[in-house]
Amino acid sequence: MATTTTTTEAATEVAHEAAKAGMPQLDPTHFVNQIFWLVVTLLVIFFVLKLVALPRIGGTLATRRGTIINDLAAAEELKQKAVAAEKAYNDALVSARTEAGKIVTAAKAEIQADLNKAITKADAQIAAKATESAGRIDEIRAGAQAAITEVAKDTAKELVAALGGTADARSITAAVTARLKG
Amino acid sequence: MKRKTDVAAEAQEGGLSFHPLQQFEVHPLFGDGPIHWYTVTNATVWLLLAAVAVVIFFVVGSAGRKLIPSRMQSVGELGYDFVHNMVVDVTGQDGAKYFPMVMTLFLTIVFSNLLGLLPGSFSPTSHIAVTAIMGVGVFLFVTLLGFWKHGFHFLGLFWMKDAPLILRPIIAVIELISYFVRPVSHSIRLAGNIMAGHAVMKVFAAFAPMILISGIGVLVTPVSVLAITAIYALEVLVAFIQAYVFTILTCVYLKDALHPGH
Repeated sequence: MATTTTTTEAATEVAHEAAKAGMPQLDPTHFVNQIFWLVVTLLVIFFVLKLVALPRIGGTLATRRGTIINDLAAAEELKQKAVAAEKAYNDALVSARTEAGKIVTAAKAEIQADLNKAITKADAQIAAKATESAGRIDEIRAGAQAAITEVAKDTAKELVAALGGTADARSITAAVTARLKG
Repeated sequence: MKRKTDVAAEAQEGGLSFHPLQQFEVHPLFGDGPIHWYTVTNATVWLLLAAVAVVIFFVVGSAGRKLIPSRMQSVGELGYDFVHNMVVDVTGQDGAKYFPMVMTLFLTIVFSNLLGLLPGSFSPTSHIAVTAIMGVGVFLFVTLLGFWKHGFHFLGLFWMKDAPLILRPIIAVIELISYFVRPVSHSIRLAGNIMAGHAVMKVFAAFAPMILISGIGVLVTPVSVLAITAIYALEVLVAFIQAYVFTILTCVYLKDALHPGH
Protein backbone atom coordinates (compact mmCIF):
# COMPACT_ATOMS: atom_id res chain seq x y z
CA MET A 1 0.00 0.00 0.00
CA ALA A 2 2.73 2.34 1.07
CA THR A 3 4.77 1.55 -2.00
CA THR A 4 1.81 2.25 -4.29
CA THR A 5 1.29 5.64 -2.71
CA THR A 6 4.94 6.45 -3.04
CA THR A 7 4.94 5.38 -6.67
CA THR A 8 1.87 7.50 -7.41
CA GLU A 9 3.38 10.45 -5.62
CA ALA A 10 6.62 9.97 -7.47
CA ALA A 11 4.76 9.80 -10.78
CA THR A 12 2.82 12.96 -9.93
CA GLU A 13 6.05 14.62 -8.91
CA VAL A 14 7.61 13.76 -12.25
CA ALA A 15 4.60 15.11 -14.11
CA HIS A 16 4.71 18.21 -11.95
CA GLU A 17 8.37 18.80 -12.73
CA ALA A 18 7.71 18.25 -16.43
CA ALA A 19 4.97 20.83 -16.33
CA LYS A 20 7.23 23.27 -14.47
CA ALA A 21 9.59 23.13 -17.37
CA GLY A 22 6.84 23.55 -19.97
CA MET A 23 3.28 24.74 -19.73
CA PRO A 24 1.79 25.01 -16.24
CA GLN A 25 -1.53 24.26 -17.93
CA LEU A 26 -0.47 20.66 -18.46
CA ASP A 27 0.37 20.02 -14.81
CA PRO A 28 -2.29 17.53 -13.71
CA THR A 29 -1.74 18.05 -9.97
CA HIS A 30 -4.16 20.96 -9.81
CA PHE A 31 -6.70 19.81 -12.41
CA VAL A 32 -9.14 18.53 -9.80
CA ASN A 33 -8.80 21.75 -7.83
CA GLN A 34 -9.45 23.87 -10.93
CA ILE A 35 -12.40 21.78 -11.99
CA PHE A 36 -13.92 21.90 -8.52
CA TRP A 37 -13.68 25.68 -8.30
CA LEU A 38 -14.87 26.12 -11.87
CA VAL A 39 -17.97 24.08 -11.13
CA VAL A 40 -18.53 26.11 -7.95
CA THR A 41 -18.18 29.38 -9.89
CA LEU A 42 -20.44 28.21 -12.70
CA LEU A 43 -23.10 27.11 -10.22
CA VAL A 44 -22.88 30.39 -8.29
CA ILE A 45 -23.16 32.48 -11.46
CA PHE A 46 -25.91 30.24 -12.85
CA PHE A 47 -28.10 30.51 -9.76
CA VAL A 48 -27.42 34.22 -9.30
CA LEU A 49 -28.49 34.78 -12.89
CA LYS A 50 -31.37 32.33 -12.94
CA LEU A 51 -32.92 33.30 -9.62
CA VAL A 52 -32.19 37.03 -9.35
CA ALA A 53 -30.54 38.84 -12.21
CA LEU A 54 -32.22 37.52 -15.35
CA PRO A 55 -35.85 37.63 -14.13
CA ARG A 56 -35.24 41.14 -12.84
CA ILE A 57 -33.58 42.45 -16.01
CA GLY A 58 -36.10 40.63 -18.19
CA GLY A 59 -38.90 42.20 -16.17
CA THR A 60 -37.38 45.66 -16.46
CA LEU A 61 -36.99 45.26 -20.21
CA ALA A 62 -40.57 44.00 -20.58
CA THR A 63 -41.89 46.87 -18.48
CA ARG A 64 -39.95 49.34 -20.59
CA ARG A 65 -41.23 47.81 -23.80
CA GLY A 66 -44.79 47.97 -22.43
CA THR A 67 -44.36 51.58 -21.36
CA ILE A 68 -43.01 52.56 -24.75
CA ILE A 69 -45.89 50.83 -26.54
CA ASN A 70 -48.43 52.46 -24.22
CA ASP A 71 -46.82 55.87 -24.62
CA LEU A 72 -46.83 55.52 -28.37
CA ALA A 73 -50.49 54.52 -28.30
CA ALA A 74 -51.29 57.48 -26.05
CA ALA A 75 -49.37 59.78 -28.38
CA GLU A 76 -51.29 58.40 -31.35
CA GLU A 77 -54.56 58.97 -29.50
CA LEU A 78 -53.58 62.53 -28.62
CA LYS A 79 -52.62 63.13 -32.22
CA GLN A 80 -56.05 61.90 -33.33
CA LYS A 81 -57.63 64.23 -30.80
CA ALA A 82 -55.56 67.13 -32.07
CA VAL A 83 -56.61 66.36 -35.64
CA ALA A 84 -60.26 66.16 -34.56
CA ALA A 85 -59.92 69.45 -32.67
CA GLU A 86 -58.39 71.11 -35.71
CA LYS A 87 -61.22 69.78 -37.87
CA ALA A 88 -63.81 71.07 -35.40
CA TYR A 89 -62.08 74.44 -35.35
CA ASN A 90 -62.07 74.62 -39.14
CA ASP A 91 -65.73 73.58 -39.30
CA ALA A 92 -66.60 76.25 -36.75
CA LEU A 93 -64.65 78.79 -38.75
CA VAL A 94 -66.44 77.88 -41.98
CA SER A 95 -69.88 77.98 -40.39
CA ALA A 96 -69.04 81.28 -38.70
CA ARG A 97 -68.03 82.71 -42.06
CA THR A 98 -71.23 81.50 -43.69
CA GLU A 99 -73.26 82.95 -40.84
CA ALA A 100 -71.45 86.26 -41.10
CA GLY A 101 -72.08 86.30 -44.86
CA LYS A 102 -75.77 85.71 -44.27
CA ILE A 103 -75.92 88.50 -41.69
CA VAL A 104 -74.18 90.89 -44.05
CA THR A 105 -76.58 90.07 -46.88
CA ALA A 106 -79.56 90.47 -44.59
CA ALA A 107 -78.27 93.78 -43.27
CA LYS A 108 -77.66 94.99 -46.81
CA ALA A 109 -81.19 94.07 -47.85
CA GLU A 110 -82.66 95.80 -44.82
CA ILE A 111 -80.64 98.93 -45.45
CA GLN A 112 -81.71 98.90 -49.10
CA ALA A 113 -85.36 98.59 -48.05
CA ASP A 114 -85.05 101.47 -45.59
CA LEU A 115 -83.32 103.52 -48.22
CA ASN A 116 -86.03 102.85 -50.78
CA LYS A 117 -88.70 103.77 -48.28
CA ALA A 118 -86.92 107.00 -47.41
CA ILE A 119 -86.48 107.89 -51.09
CA THR A 120 -90.15 107.27 -51.82
CA LYS A 121 -91.15 109.43 -48.86
CA ALA A 122 -88.82 112.19 -49.90
CA ASP A 123 -90.17 112.07 -53.49
CA ALA A 124 -93.72 112.35 -52.17
CA GLN A 125 -92.81 115.31 -50.04
CA ILE A 126 -91.02 116.98 -52.95
CA ALA A 127 -94.06 116.44 -55.17
CA ALA A 128 -96.41 117.92 -52.53
CA LYS A 129 -94.18 120.94 -52.13
CA ALA A 130 -94.00 121.46 -55.89
CA THR A 131 -97.78 121.32 -56.27
CA GLU A 132 -98.22 123.84 -53.50
CA SER A 133 -95.62 126.12 -55.04
CA ALA A 134 -97.35 125.91 -58.43
CA GLY A 135 -100.66 126.98 -56.81
CA ARG A 136 -98.98 129.90 -55.21
CA ILE A 137 -97.42 130.97 -58.51
CA ASP A 138 -100.82 130.85 -60.29
CA GLU A 139 -102.37 132.91 -57.51
CA ILE A 140 -99.62 135.46 -57.75
CA ARG A 141 -99.97 135.59 -61.51
CA ALA A 142 -103.73 136.12 -61.27
CA GLY A 143 -103.18 138.89 -58.73
CA ALA A 144 -100.70 140.57 -61.02
CA GLN A 145 -103.22 140.43 -63.96
CA ALA A 146 -105.83 142.21 -61.92
CA ALA A 147 -103.39 144.81 -60.77
CA ILE A 148 -102.26 145.43 -64.35
CA THR A 149 -105.86 145.91 -65.54
CA GLU A 150 -106.52 148.44 -62.73
CA VAL A 151 -103.34 150.34 -63.48
CA ALA A 152 -104.07 150.38 -67.18
CA LYS A 153 -107.62 151.77 -66.64
CA ASP A 154 -106.33 154.43 -64.30
CA THR A 155 -103.52 155.34 -66.63
CA ALA A 156 -105.81 155.47 -69.63
CA LYS A 157 -108.36 157.76 -67.77
CA GLU A 158 -105.59 160.07 -66.70
CA LEU A 159 -104.21 160.13 -70.26
CA VAL A 160 -107.56 160.96 -71.72
CA ALA A 161 -108.02 163.67 -69.14
CA ALA A 162 -104.65 165.12 -69.81
CA LEU A 163 -105.36 165.27 -73.52
CA GLY A 164 -108.43 167.31 -72.75
CA GLY A 165 -111.08 164.86 -73.28
CA THR A 166 -113.48 163.36 -70.96
CA ALA A 167 -114.01 159.75 -70.89
CA ASP A 168 -116.57 157.82 -69.12
CA ALA A 169 -115.45 154.89 -67.06
CA ARG A 170 -117.38 152.39 -69.14
CA SER A 171 -115.72 153.06 -72.50
CA ILE A 172 -112.28 153.13 -70.96
CA THR A 173 -112.78 149.78 -69.30
CA ALA A 174 -113.99 148.37 -72.59
CA ALA A 175 -111.01 149.79 -74.47
CA VAL A 176 -108.47 148.53 -71.91
CA THR A 177 -110.02 145.09 -71.78
CA ALA A 178 -109.97 144.95 -75.56
CA ARG A 179 -106.41 146.07 -75.62
CA LEU A 180 -105.33 143.56 -72.89
CA LYS A 181 -107.00 140.79 -74.72
CA GLY A 182 -105.29 141.63 -77.89
CA MET B 1 6.91 26.48 -27.17
CA LYS B 2 10.32 24.96 -27.86
CA ARG B 3 11.52 28.09 -29.60
CA LYS B 4 10.36 30.31 -26.79
CA THR B 5 12.24 28.25 -24.22
CA ASP B 6 15.39 28.50 -26.32
CA VAL B 7 15.00 32.23 -26.58
CA ALA B 8 14.47 32.36 -22.85
CA ALA B 9 17.63 30.40 -22.19
CA GLU B 10 19.64 32.60 -24.51
CA ALA B 11 18.29 35.79 -23.07
CA GLN B 12 18.94 34.72 -19.51
CA GLU B 13 22.61 34.77 -20.27
CA GLY B 14 22.23 38.38 -21.38
CA GLY B 15 20.56 39.34 -18.10
CA LEU B 16 16.92 39.53 -19.23
CA SER B 17 14.44 37.26 -17.44
CA PHE B 18 12.10 35.39 -19.74
CA HIS B 19 9.32 33.59 -17.94
CA PRO B 20 6.38 34.02 -20.29
CA LEU B 21 4.60 31.01 -18.81
CA GLN B 22 5.17 31.81 -15.17
CA GLN B 23 1.95 33.82 -15.11
CA PHE B 24 -0.04 30.65 -15.73
CA GLU B 25 1.29 28.81 -12.67
CA VAL B 26 -1.27 27.79 -10.12
CA HIS B 27 -0.19 28.11 -6.51
CA PRO B 28 -2.00 28.07 -3.17
CA LEU B 29 -3.09 31.48 -2.01
CA PHE B 30 -2.31 30.74 1.64
CA GLY B 31 0.82 28.84 2.63
CA ASP B 32 2.86 26.68 0.33
CA GLY B 33 1.38 23.21 0.75
CA PRO B 34 0.17 20.81 -1.91
CA ILE B 35 -2.93 21.70 -3.92
CA HIS B 36 -5.89 19.64 -2.71
CA TRP B 37 -9.21 19.69 -4.51
CA TYR B 38 -10.51 22.35 -2.10
CA THR B 39 -7.35 24.49 -1.80
CA VAL B 40 -7.95 28.15 -2.53
CA THR B 41 -5.46 29.11 -5.23
CA ASN B 42 -4.81 32.21 -7.30
CA ALA B 43 -6.93 30.56 -10.01
CA THR B 44 -9.79 30.22 -7.52
CA VAL B 45 -9.60 33.89 -6.57
CA TRP B 46 -9.85 35.14 -10.14
CA LEU B 47 -12.66 32.75 -10.98
CA LEU B 48 -14.61 33.89 -7.93
CA LEU B 49 -13.89 37.52 -8.81
CA ALA B 50 -15.62 36.84 -12.13
CA ALA B 51 -18.63 35.71 -10.10
CA VAL B 52 -18.37 38.89 -8.01
CA ALA B 53 -18.27 40.96 -11.20
CA VAL B 54 -21.42 39.20 -12.39
CA VAL B 55 -23.12 40.03 -9.11
CA ILE B 56 -22.02 43.68 -9.32
CA PHE B 57 -23.11 44.22 -12.91
CA PHE B 58 -26.19 42.05 -13.05
CA VAL B 59 -27.60 42.05 -9.53
CA VAL B 60 -26.47 45.33 -7.95
CA GLY B 61 -26.62 47.18 -11.27
CA SER B 62 -30.12 46.04 -12.07
CA ALA B 63 -31.48 46.64 -8.57
CA GLY B 64 -32.90 50.04 -9.54
CA ARG B 65 -35.22 48.56 -12.20
CA LYS B 66 -35.34 52.07 -13.61
CA LEU B 67 -37.37 52.79 -16.71
CA ILE B 68 -34.52 55.00 -17.88
CA PRO B 69 -31.54 52.87 -16.90
CA SER B 70 -28.46 54.03 -15.00
CA ARG B 71 -25.10 53.22 -16.58
CA MET B 72 -24.59 50.05 -14.58
CA GLN B 73 -28.12 48.94 -15.36
CA SER B 74 -27.46 49.63 -19.05
CA VAL B 75 -24.46 47.32 -19.02
CA GLY B 76 -26.52 44.52 -17.54
CA GLU B 77 -29.35 45.08 -20.00
CA LEU B 78 -26.98 45.22 -22.97
CA GLY B 79 -25.44 41.90 -21.89
CA TYR B 80 -28.89 40.40 -21.40
CA ASP B 81 -30.14 41.52 -24.80
CA PHE B 82 -26.91 40.53 -26.52
CA VAL B 83 -26.93 36.93 -25.30
CA HIS B 84 -30.72 36.56 -25.38
CA ASN B 85 -30.88 37.68 -29.01
CA MET B 86 -28.01 35.35 -29.85
CA VAL B 87 -29.77 32.36 -28.29
CA VAL B 88 -33.13 33.12 -29.90
CA ASP B 89 -31.65 33.98 -33.31
CA VAL B 90 -29.58 30.83 -33.50
CA THR B 91 -31.68 28.20 -31.72
CA GLY B 92 -35.15 29.64 -32.23
CA GLN B 93 -37.78 30.48 -29.66
CA ASP B 94 -37.70 27.01 -28.08
CA GLY B 95 -34.04 27.51 -27.23
CA ALA B 96 -34.89 30.47 -25.00
CA LYS B 97 -35.16 28.25 -21.93
CA TYR B 98 -31.44 27.44 -22.19
CA PHE B 99 -30.68 31.17 -22.08
CA PRO B 100 -29.57 31.18 -18.38
CA MET B 101 -27.11 28.38 -19.09
CA VAL B 102 -25.65 30.11 -22.15
CA MET B 103 -25.57 33.42 -20.28
CA THR B 104 -23.65 31.73 -17.43
CA LEU B 105 -21.02 30.46 -19.85
CA PHE B 106 -20.73 33.80 -21.62
CA LEU B 107 -20.38 35.85 -18.46
CA THR B 108 -17.97 33.43 -16.79
CA ILE B 109 -15.71 33.49 -19.82
CA VAL B 110 -15.95 37.18 -20.63
CA PHE B 111 -15.32 38.30 -17.05
CA SER B 112 -12.48 35.78 -16.57
CA ASN B 113 -10.90 37.00 -19.80
CA LEU B 114 -11.25 40.68 -18.97
CA LEU B 115 -10.16 40.34 -15.33
CA GLY B 116 -7.20 38.30 -16.54
CA LEU B 117 -6.00 41.36 -18.46
CA LEU B 118 -5.41 43.30 -15.25
CA PRO B 119 -1.65 43.45 -14.64
CA GLY B 120 -0.57 40.81 -12.15
CA SER B 121 -3.82 38.88 -12.40
CA PHE B 122 -4.49 35.33 -13.49
CA SER B 123 -6.61 34.11 -16.39
CA PRO B 124 -8.59 31.01 -15.45
CA THR B 125 -9.62 30.72 -19.11
CA SER B 126 -5.99 30.28 -20.17
CA HIS B 127 -6.10 26.84 -18.58
CA ILE B 128 -7.21 23.91 -20.66
CA ALA B 129 -8.57 22.20 -17.54
CA VAL B 130 -11.12 25.02 -17.18
CA THR B 131 -12.08 25.41 -20.84
CA ALA B 132 -12.15 21.65 -21.41
CA ILE B 133 -14.67 21.17 -18.64
CA MET B 134 -16.85 23.84 -20.18
CA GLY B 135 -16.38 22.46 -23.70
CA VAL B 136 -17.00 18.86 -22.68
CA GLY B 137 -19.88 19.97 -20.47
CA VAL B 138 -21.55 21.69 -23.42
CA PHE B 139 -20.83 18.66 -25.61
CA LEU B 140 -22.35 16.18 -23.16
CA PHE B 141 -25.32 18.40 -22.41
CA VAL B 142 -26.07 18.96 -26.08
CA THR B 143 -25.65 15.29 -27.00
CA LEU B 144 -27.85 14.06 -24.17
CA LEU B 145 -30.41 16.75 -24.93
CA GLY B 146 -30.46 15.67 -28.57
CA PHE B 147 -31.06 12.03 -27.71
CA TRP B 148 -33.59 12.93 -25.03
CA LYS B 149 -35.57 15.19 -27.37
CA HIS B 150 -35.38 13.14 -30.56
CA GLY B 151 -34.21 9.67 -29.53
CA PHE B 152 -32.75 7.76 -32.43
CA HIS B 153 -33.68 10.53 -34.87
CA PHE B 154 -30.93 12.66 -33.41
CA LEU B 155 -28.52 10.55 -35.49
CA GLY B 156 -30.16 12.14 -38.54
CA LEU B 157 -27.73 14.94 -37.84
CA PHE B 158 -25.04 12.77 -39.46
CA TRP B 159 -27.14 11.39 -42.31
CA MET B 160 -27.26 14.06 -45.03
CA LYS B 161 -30.50 13.54 -46.87
CA ASP B 162 -29.55 16.09 -49.55
CA ALA B 163 -26.36 14.22 -50.48
CA PRO B 164 -26.22 11.45 -53.11
CA LEU B 165 -26.81 8.03 -51.56
CA ILE B 166 -23.29 6.77 -52.26
CA LEU B 167 -21.72 9.73 -50.49
CA ARG B 168 -23.95 9.56 -47.44
CA PRO B 169 -21.96 6.97 -45.44
CA ILE B 170 -18.72 8.81 -46.15
CA ILE B 171 -20.22 12.12 -45.12
CA ALA B 172 -21.67 10.42 -42.05
CA VAL B 173 -18.20 9.30 -40.95
CA ILE B 174 -16.78 12.78 -41.53
CA GLU B 175 -19.68 14.37 -39.70
CA LEU B 176 -19.25 11.95 -36.82
CA ILE B 177 -15.55 12.75 -36.50
CA SER B 178 -16.22 16.48 -36.70
CA TYR B 179 -18.91 16.06 -34.06
CA PHE B 180 -16.46 14.49 -31.62
CA VAL B 181 -13.79 17.06 -32.41
CA ARG B 182 -16.20 19.81 -31.39
CA PRO B 183 -15.41 19.84 -27.63
CA VAL B 184 -11.69 19.73 -28.39
CA SER B 185 -11.69 22.71 -30.76
CA HIS B 186 -14.28 24.45 -28.62
CA SER B 187 -12.08 24.42 -25.53
CA ILE B 188 -8.59 24.62 -27.05
CA ARG B 189 -9.58 27.65 -29.13
CA LEU B 190 -10.43 29.63 -26.00
CA ALA B 191 -7.52 28.52 -23.82
CA GLY B 192 -5.06 28.83 -26.70
CA ASN B 193 -6.13 32.34 -27.63
CA ILE B 194 -5.96 33.65 -24.10
CA MET B 195 -2.71 31.90 -23.31
CA ALA B 196 -0.96 32.98 -26.50
CA GLY B 197 -1.92 36.62 -26.06
CA HIS B 198 -0.74 36.73 -22.47
CA ALA B 199 2.50 34.90 -23.28
CA VAL B 200 3.31 37.28 -26.15
CA MET B 201 2.71 40.26 -23.91
CA LYS B 202 5.03 38.77 -21.34
CA VAL B 203 7.74 38.21 -23.95
CA PHE B 204 7.59 41.85 -25.00
CA ALA B 205 7.56 42.82 -21.34
CA ALA B 206 10.78 40.90 -20.87
CA PHE B 207 12.39 42.89 -23.68
CA ALA B 208 11.24 46.21 -22.25
CA PRO B 209 14.06 46.68 -19.66
CA MET B 210 16.70 46.17 -22.38
CA ILE B 211 17.66 49.82 -22.14
CA LEU B 212 19.11 49.15 -18.67
CA ILE B 213 21.36 46.45 -20.03
CA SER B 214 22.73 47.40 -23.42
CA GLY B 215 22.84 50.21 -25.93
CA ILE B 216 20.48 48.53 -28.37
CA GLY B 217 17.80 49.02 -25.73
CA VAL B 218 17.32 52.57 -27.01
CA LEU B 219 15.65 50.94 -29.97
CA VAL B 220 14.24 47.80 -28.37
CA THR B 221 12.56 49.31 -25.32
CA PRO B 222 10.22 51.78 -27.09
CA VAL B 223 9.29 49.11 -29.63
CA SER B 224 8.51 46.67 -26.81
CA VAL B 225 6.38 49.16 -24.94
CA LEU B 226 4.47 50.05 -28.10
CA ALA B 227 4.03 46.37 -28.89
CA ILE B 228 2.69 45.66 -25.40
CA THR B 229 0.21 48.51 -25.79
CA ALA B 230 -0.94 47.28 -29.19
CA ILE B 231 -1.23 43.67 -28.10
CA TYR B 232 -3.05 44.69 -24.94
CA ALA B 233 -5.65 46.47 -27.06
CA LEU B 234 -5.90 43.41 -29.28
CA GLU B 235 -6.27 41.19 -26.22
CA VAL B 236 -9.18 43.26 -24.94
CA LEU B 237 -10.85 42.57 -28.25
CA VAL B 238 -9.87 38.89 -28.14
CA ALA B 239 -11.20 38.58 -24.58
CA PHE B 240 -14.61 39.60 -25.80
CA ILE B 241 -14.50 37.84 -29.16
CA GLN B 242 -13.45 34.51 -27.69
CA ALA B 243 -16.27 34.66 -25.16
CA TYR B 244 -18.62 35.48 -28.04
CA VAL B 245 -17.27 32.64 -30.18
CA PHE B 246 -17.57 30.13 -27.36
CA THR B 247 -21.12 31.27 -26.69
CA ILE B 248 -22.32 31.30 -30.27
CA LEU B 249 -20.83 27.85 -30.89
CA THR B 250 -22.71 26.64 -27.81
CA CYS B 251 -25.85 28.07 -29.39
CA VAL B 252 -25.11 26.38 -32.71
CA TYR B 253 -24.61 23.01 -30.98
CA LEU B 254 -27.83 23.59 -29.05
CA LYS B 255 -29.62 24.25 -32.30
CA ASP B 256 -28.31 20.95 -33.69
CA ALA B 257 -29.66 19.17 -30.62
CA LEU B 258 -33.03 20.88 -30.82
CA HIS B 259 -33.47 20.69 -34.60
CA PRO B 260 -31.23 17.90 -35.88
CA GLY B 261 -33.09 17.80 -39.21
CA HIS B 262 -31.73 21.27 -40.11
